[in-house]
Parts: sequence; C-alpha cells; structure tokens
Amino acid sequence: MRLMPLMLAATMLAAPAMAADLTGTLQKIKETGTITLGVRDSSIPFSYLDDQQKPVGYAIDICYKIVDAVKQELKLPDLKVQTVSVLSSNRIPLMANGTIDLECGSTTNNVDRQKQVAFTNTHYLTASMFVAKKASHLTTIESLAGKTVVSTAGSTNIVQLNQANATRKLGITVLAAKDHAEAFLMVETDRAAAFVMDDIILASFIASAKDPSAYALGDEAFSLAEPYGIMLRKDDVPFKALADKATSDLYLSPEGKAIYAKWFQAPIPPKGLNLNTPMSKGMVHAYAHPSDNPDPESYVE
Amino acid sequence: MHRHQGRAVGYNWNWGIFWEQSPEGNGTYLDMLVQGLGTTLLTAALAWIIALVVGSAVGVLRTLPGRTAPLLASAWIELFRNMPLLVQLFLWYFVFPDLLPTPWAIWLKQLPNASFVTAVIGIGFFMSARVAVQISSGIEALPLGQRAAATALGLTSAQTYRYVLLPMAFRIILPPLTSELLNTIKNTSVALTIGLAELTARARAVQEFSFQVFEAFTAATLAYLAINLIATLAARWLESRVRVPGYGKA
Repeated sequence: MRLMPLMLAATMLAAPAMAADLTGTLQKIKETGTITLGVRDSSIPFSYLDDQQKPVGYAIDICYKIVDAVKQELKLPDLKVQTVSVLSSNRIPLMANGTIDLECGSTTNNVDRQKQVAFTNTHYLTASMFVAKKASHLTTIESLAGKTVVSTAGSTNIVQLNQANATRKLGITVLAAKDHAEAFLMVETDRAAAFVMDDIILASFIASAKDPSAYALGDEAFSLAEPYGIMLRKDDVPFKALADKATSDLYLSPEGKAIYAKWFQAPIPPKGLNLNTPMSKGMVHAYAHPSDNPDPESYVE
Repeated sequence: MHRHQGRAVGYNWNWGIFWEQSPEGNGTYLDMLVQGLGTTLLTAALAWIIALVVGSAVGVLRTLPGRTAPLLASAWIELFRNMPLLVQLFLWYFVFPDLLPTPWAIWLKQLPNASFVTAVIGIGFFMSARVAVQISSGIEALPLGQRAAATALGLTSAQTYRYVLLPMAFRIILPPLTSELLNTIKNTSVALTIGLAELTARARAVQEFSFQVFEAFTAATLAYLAINLIATLAARWLESRVRVPGYGKA
C-alpha cells in the first residue's frame, strides 16, 4: 500500500515528463512558474507569522522540502513561492479553486476529510488533552465532573469531550469557543475550568501565556494520538506521489529529526519560547514508517 | 481560476452530506443545522423584544421636553450605536463580569447558558439604540399640532404618548423597523464569537467535520433567506392590517 506512491514517484523521476504530459497541480505550477502555499497565522509551532510577518514553522519547513522536489522535477530552479494566509473556514474553497497548492499547518487527517482532499505523510501526532489552572487541581478526566469545560467548535476534540461526558456520566457543561485563542481566554478568565484540545496546541498556549507556571496539562488523554498532514488536492496522483516522496525522504533522513528538534526542542521565534516536547513513541514510528494513514490505531506499535 | 483545475477536479460535491450521521453522534448533519436555526430564531426573538421595549422607552425619552431626559437618551444611543457589535459582545462576555464584585462575577461566569444570555442582551441593547432613533424620528415626523391638540384636550404627557403620538409614530416607522428586525436576525451570527451554537456556527462546524464547506454554507444561506423573507412578509401583512385609512399614503 505504502509502496505505491514511492513506485510511482520512482517511475516519474526515471523519465521526467514533458510539460504537455503534466496534469493537475504540476502542470499548473509549470505553466505559471509559481507554487502557492496556504499558511496559518497562529498555529505555533507548525505555521505562524514571526515578528517580520513572515510565515515560519515546522510545517513550512516541510513544505519547502516539497517545493525543492517540485523545482527538481520540473527543472524550474527559479520557481516562485507565494504564501496565502488561510483560516480553517476557507482552506477548502481556496484549495478547490486552485488558489493554494499545499496547506502547511496543523490539519488533522481523518477518513471523512479524505473524501474531499488528500494528505501527504503524517508530520505530527497529537492526542486530546486538557489544560487547567494549577490552582484548580484538576488532573484526571473524572476530576472535571460537574465543571464547565471549553473546546473549539467543530473540532474532533469537542466530539471526544462530549463522548467522554456522556459515557462516563460526568455532568460537564461543554462550551464551544470560536477558536483556540478564545477557548484559552475562557480558562484564563475562569469562564471555563479546563480547555480540551490537541496536546501540542495546549503546550504552545501555556508557553506563551502571561504566567506559564499557572497552568498545567492533565494526566489523561481523551483519545489516541491523531495524525496531522499537509493537505493537497484529491485525485492528483503525480503531485501527491512527489509530495509523499519528498516528505518520506525527509523523515527518514537525519535532517527530519533536526527540523523536529528545531521547532519542538529549542527556542523558537518570535519570543524564544521552548516547547520542550521530545518525539513521542508514535512520532518516532511515524518518522520511521512514513504514511498518510488517517487511522490513529496504525501509529500505535 | 486555472483552466485545468475544473470544478470536478478541485471540489467534490456531496449534497447527500446532510443525511449522513455527524461525528457528534446525536443525529445527522441536517440536525446540527436545524438545532442552530432554532438557536438563531430564539436569540433573535428575545433580542428583538429587548430592542423594541428598551428602544421605545429611549426613543420616547429623546423627544420629551426638558434637557435631562433627551441627554440621557442620546448618551444611550451613541454608546450602543457607535461601537461595533462584535466589540460589545466581547466586552459583555469577557470584561463586564470582572467589573462586578467577585461572588457576582463567579455566579455570572458559571451560568449554564452564559453565551446565550449575553448574546440576547448584547444584541438587544445594540439594536435598541437603532430602534430608539427610529421611534424618535417617527414622533418628530408627526405634525406639532398633534401634541398641542392632546395638551389642549387635557391629556397628561403619558396619555399623549400612549393615545396620540405613539400609535401614529409606530405606523410611520413600520417599514424601517422591519429592516431593523432583519438586522437583528442577521446580527445573531456575530454571537458565534462568544461560543453561541447558532446557525452560522453550526454551518462552520459541519464544514470542519466533513470539509463540505459549500454545501454547509449554501444551506445556511437559504435558511437565513427563508426566515428573513417570512419576517418581511409578516411585516407587510402587519402594515396593511394597521394602516389608518387616508393617512400616510399621500
């Protein structure tokens, strides 16, 4: 299954296609001499704007590896790279109408979404956790019983929170915030006792809070770790094969681990935060066996 | 758009999405939108009641003789009319509770439907400023002789407003008031920013789960269009019902 894209990529590299033979995204890139990356404003450390308003992050670095592979494949050393800021609400239309070619951020890869778009190899795995003020002494999911808990509207996290609430009969009042920043603000202002979200997003909010020592992650996850992927158009086999090859080459090389360490284990711009998040077991596995599988079970050894 | 990025390639239409189970596990995607529509209607209805009651009172105050009452009314109008609704909802939701004594703040923050209550009051007050301006314009549009005649008949101020000025003023401003009702309905969508699960918020949630963004927002658009058309028709019917023969349609 996983070999298919690699074999396709190998065939393509063996016999570089002429522009006329190209289809889909590669043809568009060849004709316009431009590739456009969809980037996020504040998805730290995956894709966000630094103090120069320049998009930076772990997913951006990975996307530039795909860009390098496109340059080689199309023999376009001067390929122009444009970035377009996208939101979770407009990334699909912008991808569908050809405004962006890759979405470089922290988008969860799941079965339902694969009916609409494709994802390249998983670049991160994250589980649903909660953050609370240390002073409230909340550590387990049980301890949230009877409290008000917030999550982001439309996220898989809020679904998992609702499920835990129903199956364990916790009597939690669930609030739906418009976005992550607002959900965290609700915990900050005591509107909610805890915020349920992907662990890495919570870690970045804690690190950038006014007083990081006032917050702590719970000890218990709501789910298995789910994969993040870089998004591209569905049914574009040559472009996906190229992106898969570029990312799996990166993850299997020492450079992949260096890029990981650069964003998760060292101070990052603009404020020099250090997320101090070494690779989890699942991540080590995802790097060693690059895959676009949306099933969280497939990343558990 | 690029010639080779045809619609069929770029976007995968699926109108059947509404009948599929949502990951929330308590119904279909259509049910999600219907719940959102219910919240939108309830929020709009209650906010409109507040807007009408408070707006009428402030509008009347603005036309009273003397200086204090009109000044207070103008202050209310300028305060609520000159700040974006989004900012007002944020202030009510995140800032206002912390201005209160701590026990009240905690009580307020832990209300189970805090975002709903905040949206109803916030949108109600915002719209009340606009309704107040309409009411006072309606009263001022009446010939001065009406007030004078009422006074000559020995009516008190309250009676003058109740029996002479307001019945005609309301009839005059019915058309612009209808626009304000439609604005109230549409403004409920701003409440998604304080976490209210109204129609627009639910449409966004549908697209987050399924990535069928165009289907979700097409459905929401049609729903807004339908409620606003119904509201407009109801207002037209009311206008023709309460019309005073021979007045206004000069």
